Order: sequence, then C-alpha cells, then structure tokens
Amino acid sequence: MDRPLTRNVRPDRSPTGFDAYEANGGYRGLRQALSQSPADCLQVIKDSNLRGRGGAGFPTGMKWSFVPMDNTSPGHKYLICNADEMEPGTFKDRLLLECDPHQLIEGMIVAAYTIQADIAYIFIRAEYHVAQERLKEAIEACYAKGYLGKDILGSGYNLDIYLHGSAGRYICGEETALINSLEGKRANPRAKPPFPQVSGLWGRPTIVNNVETLCNVHHIIERGADWFKSLGMGEDAGTKMFGVSGRVNNPGCWELPMGTPIREILEVHAGGMQEGYQLKGFLPGGGSTDFLTPEHLDLPMEYGAIGKAGSRMGTGTMIILDDKTCAVAMVKNLIDFFAQESCGFCTPCREGLPWSAQVLGDVLGGRATDADMNTLQRQVKFIGAIGNTHCALAPGAMEPLN
Amino acid sequence: MSEVSVSTALISPLSQQELDEIDHEISHAPSRPAVAIDALKIVQKYRGWVSDESLAALARHLEMSASELDSVATFYNHIYRKPVGDNIVLLCNSVSCWVMGCGGLQRQIEDVLQVPPGGTTADNQCTFIPVPCLGACDKAPVLMVNETLYENVAPDDLEGLLVDASTKSQEGRDG
Repeated sequence: MDRPLTRNVRPDRSPTGFDAYEANGGYRGLRQALSQSPADCLQVIKDSNLRGRGGAGFPTGMKWSFVPMDNTSPGHKYLICNADEMEPGTFKDRLLLECDPHQLIEGMIVAAYTIQADIAYIFIRAEYHVAQERLKEAIEACYAKGYLGKDILGSGYNLDIYLHGSAGRYICGEETALINSLEGKRANPRAKPPFPQVSGLWGRPTIVNNVETLCNVHHIIERGADWFKSLGMGEDAGTKMFGVSGRVNNPGCWELPMGTPIREILEVHAGGMQEGYQLKGFLPGGGSTDFLTPEHLDLPMEYGAIGKAGSRMGTGTMIILDDKTCAVAMVKNLIDFFAQESCGFCTPCREGLPWSAQVLGDVLGGRATDADMNTLQRQVKFIGAIGNTHCALAPGAMEPLN
Repeated sequence: MSEVSVSTALISPLSQQELDEIDHEISHAPSRPAVAIDALKIVQKYRGWVSDESLAALARHLEMSASELDSVATFYNHIYRKPVGDNIVLLCNSVSCWVMGCGGLQRQIEDVLQVPPGGTTADNQCTFIPVPCLGACDKAPVLMVNETLYENVAPDDLEGLLVDASTKSQEGRDG
C-alpha cells in the first residue's frame, strides 16, 4: 500500500539527506506547485479533503481559503509549522521530523506558495534536539541549492524559513498562543475572531498547521486530490500516522489508511496487550480525548465515527488503560498535567482544573462524598463546554473525566 | 554611594558572544523585545540560568523593562530563574510514562540524588525536574539528561545512567 509520509523512514531512524530525498522522488511536488498558480494549488488541497492532523481535524483547504489573496494590505504573510508536539501520548511528529526533515520543508514551501507567504517559521519544542539539528541541516542544504531564499528554482517566488525552538509549556501548541510566543510574549491564547488567517503574527495573515498536515501537502499537489482520497478506507482522505502507547507488546506509530479499524491498530500493529494484562479502555487520540472501551474496537479510526461514539480522533495516538491500572488515577495524572499547563489567563481553567484535581485526589483517597461527584459533573458540564473558556485546553482536560 | 551607581554595579554585562548571537536574532525580527525568548535561551546557554543581574542586562539591551522580561522568563519552564546544577535531569511524568512506571523512577531518582523535585545535588552535579510529556511515549518511561533522551528506562539502569550522563558532560566540558 501507498505510504507517502513514511517512505523515507528507516528502521534505524537515520535521517534522509537532501540527495537521497530528491533521488526518491522529493521536490517533485514543489516543482509541480511552482508551475501552476497559487489558486490552482489551493483548489487541489480543498478537493483532497485533507484535514488538520494536529488534533482538531479542521479542513486544511478551507482554513487556507480565508487568507486574503488580494493586495489591499501589502506586507508580510506567514506560514507557521506547529512542531510543538506535547499532547500526552503523542509522538508521531517526532518521527516525521527526525527521519524525513525535507518532507516537512517541501510541504511548507508548497503551502507557503499557495497562500503567498514570504516568511515561514518552524515552531519546534525545546526538547526535540535531534529534530532541530536535522531540520537546521536540511534548511541550510535547501538554501545552498536554491530551494529556499530568493527566486526559488527560478520561479520568482521568495521564501525564508526560520527555525524557532521553544522554551517549554504545552499551551504553546495552541495556534494563537504559539503566535504570541513567537512575538516574544507569554503564551496566552488570543480571542478569536479575528482568526490568524486574517490577523495573526504581528497582525498579519498567518496560517498555522501541524507537522503531519504539512507533510501531506506536496504529495497531494504532485499526485492529485483523487489519489489522496483513494488512500483512505472510509469517509476521510489520505493516510494517518496512528500510534499506541501503554501496556502493549509493540508500542509505536505507523502510517495507515484513514479509517483503519481500531482493533487492527491495537492487535496487528501494536501486537495486542502484554502477557497478564487485559484492555480496560483507551483514549483514542491523546490526553484530551474521551475514553472508549473494548466494545468500540471495531470502529474505524475516522473523525466522524469516533465523534459519534462520544470521543475524538484527535492526534490518532492511542493511550491504553490496562486492567491493572486505576482509571481514576489515570484521569488524575491527566488533570494534574492540564492544571499545571494552564496559562492562567481565564478563571474556569486556572481555578477549575486544580479544583477538579483536588476532588479527584479525594476520590482516590476514599474521602469523596456525593457532593464531590456532583461537583465533578458540574465542572465537566461548565468547563467542558466549548466557549466558556478562553481556549480549548480546559474543555480538552475535561474529556477524559467525562 | 548614589542609587544610580549601586544599580549599575548590580547589572552583569552581556559578553560579546552573547551580544552577537542576540543581535543576529534581532536582525530578522520586527522589534527588539520580539526576541525576548530566544535571547533568554542564549544567556542561559552561557550562564546555566538567568539571574536578576543577567535579566537586568538583557532587558536593557532589548529596550524593555526588567519586569516585563521577567514576566516572559517566568512563564517558560525551560528558562531557569534559580541556579541549576551542571546537569539537568528531566523525568517525564505524563500519562503513558506514568502507566509504564515513572512514579517508581521518580522515587528512585530522589533517593539516589538525595533531592526533592526541582532540587539540586549538594555537589552541584544534577538538578532533577519532573516534566510533562517528552513525546516518546512508545518508549516509556523516558527521561532526558541535558540534550540526550534515554528510552525504556528500567529501575536497574537508572543509577548507572545518571553516573554515565554526568561523566559524559564533564568530559564534554573538560575536553
């Protein structure tokens, strides 16, 4: 089967350099993109049904279509790669960044060309040192060969890419908080509207996309929207990096068709539960998704199906709850994380999450009362509802508790 | 002594190396305060942590107030506003590492190093900081010593790993 995202990923995880990348079909998508108009590129991405791979699943073509393409407000436009992967249980972008940095760069150049951005940033988490080294090398190689900078491949299109390492904090993965961090500020999210597409970095049109999303872009331009749609098994297009962590025999991540059944990911690729452990439940897409149970194993990993089951596909990296692990303690670990990572800007998150953590602590300590359970339910209802908080961190935190 | 010369004496000037690196960041930024985080990381790279004196010098160079720069510095957990040891030990305590036993590793680290979370050993070799998800969940439990990631950390390996890592970095500094 076609695995465009991981075709250059080797078992020893050594990186693919510029020459090997190009020899294996790299930078054909870029050449294709530069030979057509940005508007044509945008149409292909819209037709492909590519959805954001960072967790929210927003249609990428639609997101890009809000970027103003007329020249009524001349100035910079920005493309930002969100490489701040820090959702608990998520480790898929690390693989793509470490093993095939040129794939991200090619995707970024094509995306930037489509929205006519002239400056791009890779916002990468501080702890991904190996990835930063490899990206730095790849960017330098691209500048040396004329694939970045002025007049890329003689097309007249100019783009600079800057690699920016973070200084920590999970909230930097929220696109508007990320933008504030790039501006040298505390990473508080911004109120939306205005959306970054219209007013983002330094008030200019800005697109922020996840690593995996951008890695798909040039493949789609090169091979077409129909090809991309044909890779999915069900209603979603393309392939997806799916992963499993926890007490399974073979934790890891793999590129598989969108819509692959959960059972196949768990039993075939992750090798099933370790000896002596049974599956009690799982979070399908990272630490801010609702629990599913063994009765959901035959569901396809698709945005729609997982949503209908009461959870979210999120990042597609599953966290396994085994029968020897306490579910309440697992939720407490997650809520402690979210409470710690709150930026502190809005009251329901800053005060509500530590409060939930405290009540859960009472549950674990055998001190909880019926009133406490009512408190937790109220917190899930009010904090969990999108729109009651300044950003989606707290509603996400409530999902496992729900 | 006048107040002005007292406050001048408390500012630790930036080295030429630090200035060159910070000015390089400024050269492609729209304003000087825009590079606050990059600049803090540069200063910390050379000094290990950001003292009040370092902060004041940096704020001056970036033409922003020290309190504003401090509000940025104290937001980010990888900017240290207290002294740290020669080696930073980061243990992931998020959900997958927790399922795979990081709690036991934490107790072990505290015991071996004789420090609480956030503490530095008496000989200044190690500072131990539990941190959130390091993004290597399929190899849980994981920890980092300085820039190196250690995967599938077993309790039996831990003590050797810590000794190894601090020796390696000592050689790196002496060599």
